[in-house]
Amino acid sequence: MNLHEYQAKKIFADYGLPVPNGMVVVNSDEVIKVISKYKTCDFVVKAQVHAGGRGKAGGVKLVSSEDEVIDTVNAFLGQYLVTVQTDAKGQPINQVLLEEKCKINQELYLSAVVDRASKRIVVMVSTEGGVDIEEVAKNTPDKIFKIYVDPLLGVMPNQSRELGFSLGFTNVQIKQFSKIIMGLIKMFNEKDLYLVEVNPLVIDGDDNLLCLDGKINVDDNALYRQPDIKKLRDKSQEDDRVNNAHDWELNYIPLNGNIGCMVNGAGLAMATMDIIKLYGGDPANFLDVGGSATKERVTEALKIILSDDKVAGILVNIFGGIVRCDLIADGIIGAVQEVSINVPLVVRLEGNNAELAAEKLNNADLNIISANSLQQAAKTIVDKVGKV
Amino acid sequence: MSVLVDKTTRVICQGFTGKQGTFHSEQAIAYGTNMVAGVTPGKGGTTHLNLPVYNTVKEAVNEQQANASVIYVPAAFCMDSIIEAIDAGIEVIVCITEGIPTLDMLRVKYYLETHDNTILIGPNCPGIITPSECKIGIMPGEIHQEGKVGIVSRSGTLTYEAVKQTTDCGLGQSTCIGIGGDPIPGMNFVDAIKLFEQDPKTEAIVMVGEIGGSAEEEAAEFIKNKITKPVIAYIAGVTAPPGKRMGHAGAIISGGKGTAEDKFAALEEAGVITVKSPADIGKAVLETLNS
Repeated sequence: MNLHEYQAKKIFADYGLPVPNGMVVVNSDEVIKVISKYKTCDFVVKAQVHAGGRGKAGGVKLVSSEDEVIDTVNAFLGQYLVTVQTDAKGQPINQVLLEEKCKINQELYLSAVVDRASKRIVVMVSTEGGVDIEEVAKNTPDKIFKIYVDPLLGVMPNQSRELGFSLGFTNVQIKQFSKIIMGLIKMFNEKDLYLVEVNPLVIDGDDNLLCLDGKINVDDNALYRQPDIKKLRDKSQEDDRVNNAHDWELNYIPLNGNIGCMVNGAGLAMATMDIIKLYGGDPANFLDVGGSATKERVTEALKIILSDDKVAGILVNIFGGIVRCDLIADGIIGAVQEVSINVPLVVRLEGNNAELAAEKLNNADLNIISANSLQQAAKTIVDKVGKV
Repeated sequence: MSVLVDKTTRVICQGFTGKQGTFHSEQAIAYGTNMVAGVTPGKGGTTHLNLPVYNTVKEAVNEQQANASVIYVPAAFCMDSIIEAIDAGIEVIVCITEGIPTLDMLRVKYYLETHDNTILIGPNCPGIITPSECKIGIMPGEIHQEGKVGIVSRSGTLTYEAVKQTTDCGLGQSTCIGIGGDPIPGMNFVDAIKLFEQDPKTEAIVMVGEIGGSAEEEAAEFIKNKITKPVIAYIAGVTAPPGKRMGHAGAIISGGKGTAEDKFAALEEAGVITVKSPADIGKAVLETLNS
């Protein structure tokens, strides 16, 4: 789960990480309160959306008068921000963060992430802040410095000093930085985070360190024990169809093609998309219907797939596992009867009692084409829908 | 011969009396797995599915000489269950449960580093099966057939696909290991491939990978230097968009890393036979072994 910048910075502050003074507003009436609180109109106005690249997309503005603050906030709220990381529609702006401007002497990069290869939390810093860190990693890897955090010991002061010295910090800054790293790792462990990124971490006009931006990604698997974090979820930043699917414990990701897919198991679902592409088609979505392909779940899955106007055909690919295929076939037949489907539907069921299942599908007097192999299923749906 | 489990393996189930534990233990027993006991704290001294139930894994090991355990407990309690099994000296732990917090798995992996005698398979996996001998997990037994292909996979149903194809073309399987779809798995590809290389019954190795992480690239490096048996690989997720978690917690392309293209390239460079269609796995193994 992703958090907004203002939510991330609130947590940063709780763990002693220095952040600029600021407040979030959801309407322009609140702006006056912020101005009177901080007794200034020199603000950075930042649109709050779950996407990077906001600055370049015009989602961050510098203002210096009351009118400007109000106008900018009004211009943002209710709009959609399109950045390099969003789709063409963009992400809705429902909150705006007002922060006091600060002078920037230097921009740096700081992040912590679960590193899969070393099975450790890795803390990464770079002298190149405020830019795309993947580019830095590719072009100038010598400007990136890392430490690995021992799960038992946690981060040691010598490790944060080492990072601080590689960034060329003064002694005062080294102390500030050690405090930031200690707080960062404490926060990471206590809040079950998967990624924290501070880009940029800056040296301000008074030579102090300040977290100017903040991104937090929380481990979804741990939300059950993070009730406070769970409350911060902003559904407006997520696709309605994805949320709807989520409520049914279906895993759905919309894509750009026209062949809807319903598959049990994540690996097989990806493989099904791949084989559609291999035969010249283009998948409209990823959908893992999960272990139990019951009538209710298949019905909901079909509705979600069909809510995408681009869908011109559907491929259902279920490998039965321990559940008998003829029972799954009953579920599919029931679902198709309930949801009116005007596009070709190819169904491939494999596993226990697959023949009986195919017979049931063929005899159901519905517009279902039964396929007996993955290859045949993919070829058939691509033939029906047409290549791209 | 086989890998890790066979008909002499003495299996217990943690979370034995729960719905999942009961259902899949029944299936395992029907398959012929040598299930010797179950563990459910608080139900020690009773019997379930005609097997003794113990309060702790340690008791099950002491009383029944158990050396393998399958875990069906809810995600929130899995770290505790895995550590309990490690401490009791269980050699093969299979954790089926999906949704374990990543930081819990970091701690478990750390603990495993100092406990060399234990192998953890999973979590978020279908389990391990040596056909006709021992089924530990949720896979459908009847699609398997005793034979010569070792299969290791990050997926569940996609593994069944590879199994079915190798059964249909008459090759069968020595052992199939589902290492699971989490970002921090117990056993990895390298561990499994190493075991298949040493197993006389395994003549070819099938590796089913997917996007995310670098386990396939690490396996490629290992295969290039250490493996003499033919390896056939398929990677799922060529069409997966970057930055999206494709169902499995570990299946995500992040920062341009972990793409299917990179993994295919690394494996091909290491001399692995790759297939671009998931429907061609069985055929490719057959052709390799016949050539």
